[in-house]
Amino acid sequence: MKKFLALVMTLAMVLAIGAGCGGGGDTQQGGTQTGDKVVKVGIFEPASGENGAGGKQEVLGIRYANSLQPTVNIGGEEYTVELVEVDNQSDTTKAVTAAQSLASSGVSVVLGSYGSGVSIAAGDTFKTAQIPAIGISCTNPQVTQGNEYYFRVCFLDPFQGTVMANFAKDEMKADTAFVITQLGDDYSSGLGAYFKQAFTDLGGTVLEAQFQTGETDFNAILTNALNSDADVIFAPSSIQTAPLLIQQARQMGITMPILAGDTWENESIINNAGQYATDVYLSTFFDENDTSNPAAADFVTGFKAWLNADPQNLTNNGDSDGVAAVSALGFDAYNVALAALEAAGSTAGPDIQAALPGVTYDNGVTGSISFNENGDANKDMAYIKTINVETGAFDFLKTQSIAD
Amino acid sequence: MDNLTYYIQQLLTGLTVGGQYALIAIGYTMVYGILRLINFAHGDIFMAAGFFMVYMSATMPLYVSLPLTLLLTVILGVAVERIAYKPLRQAPRMSIMISAIGVSYLLQNFATYYTGGLPRPYPKIPLIGDVIVIGNVTTSWITILTPILTLALVIGLVMLIKYTKVGMAMRAVSRDFETAQLMGIKINNVISMTFVIGSFLAAVASVLFFSKYPTVTPTIGAMPGLKAFVAAVFGGIGSVPGAVVGAFVIGICENIIKAMGYTTFSDAFTFVLLILVLIFKPTGLFGEKSTEKV
Repeated sequence: MKKFLALVMTLAMVLAIGAGCGGGGDTQQGGTQTGDKVVKVGIFEPASGENGAGGKQEVLGIRYANSLQPTVNIGGEEYTVELVEVDNQSDTTKAVTAAQSLASSGVSVVLGSYGSGVSIAAGDTFKTAQIPAIGISCTNPQVTQGNEYYFRVCFLDPFQGTVMANFAKDEMKADTAFVITQLGDDYSSGLGAYFKQAFTDLGGTVLEAQFQTGETDFNAILTNALNSDADVIFAPSSIQTAPLLIQQARQMGITMPILAGDTWENESIINNAGQYATDVYLSTFFDENDTSNPAAADFVTGFKAWLNADPQNLTNNGDSDGVAAVSALGFDAYNVALAALEAAGSTAGPDIQAALPGVTYDNGVTGSISFNENGDANKDMAYIKTINVETGAFDFLKTQSIAD
Repeated sequence: MDNLTYYIQQLLTGLTVGGQYALIAIGYTMVYGILRLINFAHGDIFMAAGFFMVYMSATMPLYVSLPLTLLLTVILGVAVERIAYKPLRQAPRMSIMISAIGVSYLLQNFATYYTGGLPRPYPKIPLIGDVIVIGNVTTSWITILTPILTLALVIGLVMLIKYTKVGMAMRAVSRDFETAQLMGIKINNVISMTFVIGSFLAAVASVLFFSKYPTVTPTIGAMPGLKAFVAAVFGGIGSVPGAVVGAFVIGICENIIKAMGYTTFSDAFTFVLLILVLIFKPTGLFGEKSTEKV
């Protein structure tokens, strides 16, 4: 009887493995119906973990772009674009595995990720596999540094840190800032350090505190902030951390403004923090109500309609049809990748990598995109937004650029 | 903020965190006392209780969803024991432990699959989340309520163990499994009861925890679970009062370390404490002799 049971279980496992592979095969064939040739574009994004909510919004932007532009002309032939999605789980160790699975599935170019830590961790994998990667909202300088295969379509943290420091100094009239960062997170500690540098250069004082990854209790740190003479809190951190920190601060009676970076532009933070999310300011890449760019206006209308057409999309967007900056960036990154494929006239990684620095994409929703010698987008404008507790949305405050 | 207010505020936070650890730690310590099993899935039962509440309260009023959450968590806890531990009762202890780790991952991944991996906002329970000001200290009701409720529940539990028939059976089983069985104690009922109590307390802890930190994610149970486990070992695993004392010590110490600006070491402290206890006093603060052991 036992032997029989063991046999049945082994059989079940073999079948399960077969089913798993079969499932993979199905998705690979999914896009092949319209054309004979297929080019694979990898999507390297978190769908779970502390930045899962942001990753999903970026993927939505990419999928929408793919629905508008399902094919690309490479070397005179029409190729169907097939999206290969992996979940890097917002985790630097899982990110490498996810990147390897993309490499082995034969993608020509990779889009992503949300979050700098995972992009830095996977950078070497893409470089070794000679697959060019286009970072979407990973803002830490180290993502592209020394890696000729990593590009990105967003601005960088030294810029963002300076923008927020200027904002704190000029608009909030702050002299002392309390900077809270996450230990071991490249994005958080990097942005915190750039903010500190810029704020000190402006003549301000910076107090610092760190917390561990996965921490839920910030009362000890916040009590110290309350006990200090800080005028403002700067807390660049993950989507998961934000509502906990905001709520605990307000419950403790901290009334000073809380500032953060691009990660905080996510509806789930408003959903989770609720009434406590007062006086929260953040910088981001895009504003849906900005009508100066016709491409952006088209994108916002089309994207909203697309979101509302499928309840699953709305859920992934945090039960809202607000257009997140990262969705717009994802949309742009996809189109930049197509432009690079066309320019390269090939689906081979090294060819695309050689073509990318020469690509200029003028119809970008988040502005014109071209790359500098590091592979970073030439961008010099940030949108500062604040949370509106009554409407449960992000209100645009001002654009800020710095002359350097 | 003057110094006294500052210290009171920090101490209050420590007590709250300790109270939450304590409620989870009891589940670990009771199961260990009876089955000699470290129930690694316990932290995930705590997480599941959070999600039950999230989904339940979306469609039901609070006075239905809250008791239902407690009930469902208890059912889940007992089901885990029946499905994953009971068939392995005669197997080497290592097998059950591996089974427990498997259940832990199963629950986490199922939650990730079901929720799509996004953090969910925990429903607001009226009153206990409100802010109160006592003297110069601003805090929320939950901060004060947690340690009080924890102590009340623990006292109730100790009474149950000491003065009721099922409590007596638990003590007997934790002393000697086989002999208790020979004496006619229905061992399966006692074990189920242990899981009922442990899961119930984990559900209460989850209500308190998520009312204070209102974001539920599939992996949220891992850290509090580990800390509670350390608390149980520190207090002497198997001893209920020991687990509670251990939990409060860890909660308060962690908070003091964070307040001093050494956040880097706050988790390290907890686990160094675990190693030191295991080296120098493996039986913990309230060693094996304690009669409250369950």
